Amino acid sequence: MTTTSALCDSLIKIVGKNFVSNQKEERYFYARDGGLMPPHEPDFVVMPKTAEEVQEIVKLANREKVPIVPKGAGLALTGLVIPQRGGIVLDMKRMDRILEVNEKARYVVVEAGVTQGVLKSYLQKHHPHLRHSIPDSPPVATIVANAVIHGQGRLSQQHGFNSDMVSGLEVVLPTGELCRIGSCSVSKYWFSKGPPLPDLSGLFLGWFGTTGIITRLGLKLYPCKKMRDIMLFLADKAELIPDIMLRLSHTEMVEDVVVSAAPLPLRFRGTFWIMAYITGDSDEELEFKRKMVWNALWEYFESRDLGFLSVSPDMKAPLMSMPSKDTSRFADVSKGGGFQYAGPITPIEKFPAFIRKLEEVATKYNVFYASTTRLIGAGHCMMFSFSFSFNRANTDEMARAKKALYECSKFALEEGGVLWKADIYEQRLLMDKMDPNTLVLMKKIKQLLDPNGIMNPGNWEVK
Amino acid sequence: MPLPKLKFDKTKCAECKAISCLVKCQYMDFKDKDKAKKEWQKVINGEDSSVLKSCTTCYACEEYCPFGNHPFYLIVERQEEKGILPAPRPIITMWINQCQPVGRFMVGKVEERALSYCLLPQFNTLVKGKLFDGIALSVIFGQEFFCNAVYLHYAKASVIKDRLPKIVENIKKQGIKELVCLHDECYGTFTSLTSAYDIDMPFKPIHYYEYLYGRLKELKDLIKPLNIKAAYQRNCSARLCPEIDHYVDDIFGLLGVERVKREYDRENALCCAEIFRMAMGPVLADDVQKRNINDMVRFGAEYCVFNCPACWDSLAHKVVKQGIKPIHMIDLCKLAIGEEQALKLPELVAEV
Ligand SMILES: Cc1cc2nc3c(=O)[nH]c(=O)nc-3n(C[C@H](O)[C@H](O)[C@H](O)COP(=O)(O)OP(=O)(O)OC[C@H]3O[C@@H](n4cnc5c(N)ncnc54)[C@H](O)[C@@H]3O)c2cc1C
Ligand code: SF4
Ligand code: SF4
Repeated sequence: MTTTSALCDSLIKIVGKNFVSNQKEERYFYARDGGLMPPHEPDFVVMPKTAEEVQEIVKLANREKVPIVPKGAGLALTGLVIPQRGGIVLDMKRMDRILEVNEKARYVVVEAGVTQGVLKSYLQKHHPHLRHSIPDSPPVATIVANAVIHGQGRLSQQHGFNSDMVSGLEVVLPTGELCRIGSCSVSKYWFSKGPPLPDLSGLFLGWFGTTGIITRLGLKLYPCKKMRDIMLFLADKAELIPDIMLRLSHTEMVEDVVVSAAPLPLRFRGTFWIMAYITGDSDEELEFKRKMVWNALWEYFESRDLGFLSVSPDMKAPLMSMPSKDTSRFADVSKGGGFQYAGPITPIEKFPAFIRKLEEVATKYNVFYASTTRLIGAGHCMMFSFSFSFNRANTDEMARAKKALYECSKFALEEGGVLWKADIYEQRLLMDKMDPNTLVLMKKIKQLLDPNGIMNPGNWEVK
Repeated sequence: MPLPKLKFDKTKCAECKAISCLVKCQYMDFKDKDKAKKEWQKVINGEDSSVLKSCTTCYACEEYCPFGNHPFYLIVERQEEKGILPAPRPIITMWINQCQPVGRFMVGKVEERALSYCLLPQFNTLVKGKLFDGIALSVIFGQEFFCNAVYLHYAKASVIKDRLPKIVENIKKQGIKELVCLHDECYGTFTSLTSAYDIDMPFKPIHYYEYLYGRLKELKDLIKPLNIKAAYQRNCSARLCPEIDHYVDDIFGLLGVERVKREYDRENALCCAEIFRMAMGPVLADDVQKRNINDMVRFGAEYCVFNCPACWDSLAHKVVKQGIKPIHMIDLCKLAIGEEQALKLPELVAEV
């Protein structure tokens, strides 16, 4: 292996000296995320500007057998961007161009560093009748990484996982080749990530950067109506929530359904807050949708099991904001910058059992909890978050939060859920439970694509 | 400590000829006095009565009863005894939890005369300018000072009886002798509810209309008549203190505002109806709001003047759609003395 300083010189040759660092400060910062995984320092932090630079870096890393970890905003929180074996953290922020919006085919092509916030304001300004499925992560989260971890957002109830909305990829393979996936591999249009071709996007989405570095991504856009409103329902019986979610999605009038539960602030205690978002181009359209929602839930309202809460404007503002301000506010409720959640993807019938578990575990480990559930697809599944916030300066609290989280993850898996954006420990739990032949397939794919094992090592490592 | 008991005098009802409590009710059909008398007797006796299930909790019979006999409070007591839920259970739970006094409150530089913001942050926006010179900092706000009358909507007299004496004590502890209630419901609580439940009042509640009227007279030289026609939006808790209503006319008189003589004002007023939406769903709420706003339009109102911030939240954006300008009473007074309207229409159609 070349000496560190020779490697540094080579990296500088590729991206310029301003965009390579092996300084203490950067190594400290890029060693950690906001979650509970222990830190591990990279040797270098590199910020490429072009796909060609990414290719050069990957080729160099292959020659030198140096690990590479692509990083967006590092907000997945499960240590997926912590370089477990050192090497290079590839910070994608400088690849920040929005390359194309096709209004008629309703998609956008972005580079890997484009953030949720930037795309949102770009569309608002230049294409106000189009929108994308915004997740509730802070706006600096990247579009690409969110798709890589199969995120969900404001349009997931209607259109599935945010990764289902991908319409094409450009990837630097672990061996350095630049490769296009989907319609863009044969056409100038980025309207499909697979069909009618073999869908190769599955070689990259969900792999946490272990099979290649996405440099461009096509994302489907959806109609943006002129008006948007929230209907807020409250229930106090967890058993009713799955049916309420199903009834809401049956209307096909609701764009997003979120259920939250938390013991604090006091107004949340003892009730589940069911938020149904509707949109329309006119008062009449909104009114019609409101009516359909009321009709769908009337039986529960009449039996006094389900309440409707009229929302005052100051309450409405945070509930309507995208991303939700409340999610980020809760994330720091313990005032110490620590927040992590296990967010298993699971059938919605599991809601009551999961809520019971969350309350039990929070009491057992004396940790502050909240839960946000998002309906994905027309009731096909939900993301149920077991969220814990903690003070990073309080090691005891962190340890308790970690135990609480892992107990919830194990429980979710036993109950038939599948762990989302699993950390290394949870990936092991998943792989222990996985069909052995699926594991063999994963291993073959990984070996084929990344023969030197340089891509985000430690993650999805089939033993 | 035993909970205070409702002072209700059934002999008054026995002698009552008009049974106005039910006969005048806008939401139940009791035009037939005999029928009303019979049904009301059932309520008094603690028997099952359609009144307990059909009451929309509009508070109005508190005003209709000419003997101050608190028919609505009796309805609330009876609903609670029978476990009748005027609103869905989770909504009631939410209200009980959210207003729990747990030591979270704000006090300004409180003096013997203080303003109560109740639990309504809108007053932080409204309390500005000359009208509040000398008192603006003497403020209390928070659950510890929350009047709790809202539980009348939720058949939870027990919560009021449990919390209200402590709230009164908390206010007393601040050394307050005169409390200017910016939320009309607080005034109704500290006059009507405390009296009905025989709770000692160690301070004097002052309705903010009385306060405004006094200030406007002091600032008389600054007043430029507004020369406008306004509909007055009377709120549910105004029914607890109808003796205050003349201040609306007095203040309008000083400001050069014509209170349009419309169908749904004074005793026949319609409330903002948002509580009906939460209790009974959208049909009645939409109907009442529509009738109320159409009535404002029909009688040529240019402005809709609000007393209660909760009515503002429910109706302000709806009256605007009919070409009427919403304004809170405090802001109306400000306009007349050359100051700006502070509480503006909320952006309800939020970003997409
Ligand atoms: C308060 C809060 C709320 C949240 N709410 C939501 C939500 O509603 N919905 C949701 O989906 N998520 C949510 N999240 C989780 C997470 O923040 C988002 O999913 C976010 O989009 C992740 O993006 P990122 O840029 O931070 O990813 P990172 O953490 O930087 O990366 C995630 C993974 O992608 C890989 N990766 C990054 N760039 C590339 C690339 N170019 N090529 C290949 N692999 C790459 C990384 O190696 C890593 O494995 C929330 C997080 C927080 C803190
Ligand atoms: S409550 Fe009042 S109005 Fe009703 S019957 Fe009794 S005295 Fe008459
Ligand atoms: S509170 Fe209103 S609805 Fe209920 S009985 Fe009295 S007047 Fe009628």
